[in-house]
Amino acid sequence: MEPSTLSLAIESLVKVVFVVGLVMGGVTYMTWVERRVAGIVQDRLGPNRVGPAGLLQPIADGIKFLFKEDVVPPHVYKPLYILAPALSFVPSLVGTAVIPFGDSLHLFGRDIALRVADLNVGILFIFAMSAMGVYGIALAGWSSNNKYSLMGGLRSSAQLISYELAMGLSVVGVLMAAGSLRLNEIVAAQGEFRWNLWYQPLGALVFLVAAFAETNRAPFDLPECESELVAGYHTEYSSMKFAMFMMAEYANMITASALMVTLFFGGWQVPGLARLSLPPLAVSLVQVAAFLLKTGFFLFLYVWVRWTLPRFRFDQLMGLGWKALLPLAVLNIFWTSWAILSGWL
Amino acid sequence: MSSQMLVVNGIAFVAIFSALMVVFHRNPMMSVVFLIVNLICIALFFLLLQAQFLFAIQIIIYAGAIMVLFVFVVMLLNLRQEEKLHPTWKIQRILAFLGGPLLVGALWTALWHRSPSSEGFPGSFVSGFGSTEDMGRLLFSDYLFQFEAASVLLVVAMIGAVILARRKES
Repeated sequence: MEPSTLSLAIESLVKVVFVVGLVMGGVTYMTWVERRVAGIVQDRLGPNRVGPAGLLQPIADGIKFLFKEDVVPPHVYKPLYILAPALSFVPSLVGTAVIPFGDSLHLFGRDIALRVADLNVGILFIFAMSAMGVYGIALAGWSSNNKYSLMGGLRSSAQLISYELAMGLSVVGVLMAAGSLRLNEIVAAQGEFRWNLWYQPLGALVFLVAAFAETNRAPFDLPECESELVAGYHTEYSSMKFAMFMMAEYANMITASALMVTLFFGGWQVPGLARLSLPPLAVSLVQVAAFLLKTGFFLFLYVWVRWTLPRFRFDQLMGLGWKALLPLAVLNIFWTSWAILSGWL
Repeated sequence: MSSQMLVVNGIAFVAIFSALMVVFHRNPMMSVVFLIVNLICIALFFLLLQAQFLFAIQIIIYAGAIMVLFVFVVMLLNLRQEEKLHPTWKIQRILAFLGGPLLVGALWTALWHRSPSSEGFPGSFVSGFGSTEDMGRLLFSDYLFQFEAASVLLVVAMIGAVILARRKES
C-alpha cells in the first residue's frame, strides 16, 4: 500500500513532536540530575524540596527564568546580543533530527523508520550543526562588549575549531568500517555484537574526549570558567536568554551522547535480542529503550566527570587537542585501514 | 508559481539581500554575520539540487570553519573604528568600475552558454550528482592531479604558518 501524503505528514509530525519532547524533557531533567549528582559527589543532598525528591525543581527553575527581569545592559550591541542565544540553541536542537533512536516500528500496517530525517550524510549534518552552534557563543561574547565575555567567546571558538578536527578524524574510522555516512547504516553495520568500540577503542576514546570539549563541559569549560572570566560569554545575560544558553549546552550534551552511542556503542542494537524471537513490536520497543538507556549512561558520565575532575588550563587544553588527540585520531585511521585491508573488519 | 519555485525564490532573495548587506553594513561583525547567512543560502541551493554531501560540506567548511576565523579576526582586531572610515582611494574606485562590468559579463556568458542538461529542476541531473561516492570518485580519478596539487599547497601553507608562529629562540 502506497502511503498517502497525509499519513506521511502525520507520521513526520508525530516523530518531530516525540524527538523534540524527548530532548526538551531530557534538557529539563538533566538540570535536576546534575544538581542531585553534584550533591551526592560532594556529600550533600542537592535540591530535594520541590516535589518528591526535588523532581519539580526544574519546573520551578523554568518559571523563575521566565518571570525574572530581562536585563539588557546599555553597552551591548543589541541586534547580535539578542540573536546570540537563539543562534546557540536552534542548531543544538536541529542536530537531533538525524539520530536514529530505533530501527523501524511496524504499526498500522506499515514500517515507520524511527528517525525524523534520513539524510544520506547524517553524520556530516550533525557536524555542520555543531559548527553553527559556535556562532551563538562567539557572537554573545563579542556583542556583550565586555572583556570577560570577549575572552569567553574567543576561547570558545578556538576550542571548538581545534577539537572539531580531532572529532572529525576519530569518526573517519567508523565511516570506513561502515562504508556509509548514513547513521542508520552505521548502526546496522555494527550488528548486535560487532560494535565499533571493540575494534576502534582509540577512536572511541578520542571521540569521547573531543565531545566533552565540543559541548564546553568540564573539564574543558574554559569559555565560562568562573574563576577567571566571571561567567565567560554569558556574563551579561539574564533571565530566559541565559536559560537558552544553558538549554543549548544540555541539548548539545544529549546530541553528543546519542552520537557516541550511535557510532561506537551499536546504537539501538541489543546483544542477543535476535535469539529471543520476540514479536516485532516488542523488539522495536526494546531497541528504543536500549538506545535511550545507553544515551542516558553517557549523560550521566558527563555529570560524573564534571564534578570529579578539575578544570584544565587553556594552554593545556590546546596542547591536548593538537598534540595528543589529533595524532591518536590519525593513528586510529591507520589502524582501521590496516584492519580492513587484512580482512579483519 | 509552484511551491518549489516559491522556495527557490525565497532563498535567492535572502541570498542576494545578505550579499548586499555584507557590502553595505557599517558594522564589520554584521557583515560577517550576513556573509554566513549568504553561505548558508548557497548550501540550501545544493540541498535543493539533491547534493546532500555538498550541502553539508559547504556548511562545515565555509559557513563553519572559515567564517569562524573571520569572526575570530574581527573580535581580536575590534574593527569598530573602521565604521567611520570611507574608502576614498581613487585607484580602488577605478578598478571597481573596470572589474564590475567584467564580472557581469562573465556571469552573463556563463548563464547564456549553460548546458541543456542543467535546465529545469531536481531530477534532470545525472543521478548521484554531488553525492559522497560521486565526489570521491571524481577527486581520485578525473581530478587526481589537481586534488594532490592542492593538498601539497595546503601542506606548504601549514608549514609556513607554523614557522611564522614559532617563538624566536634566542
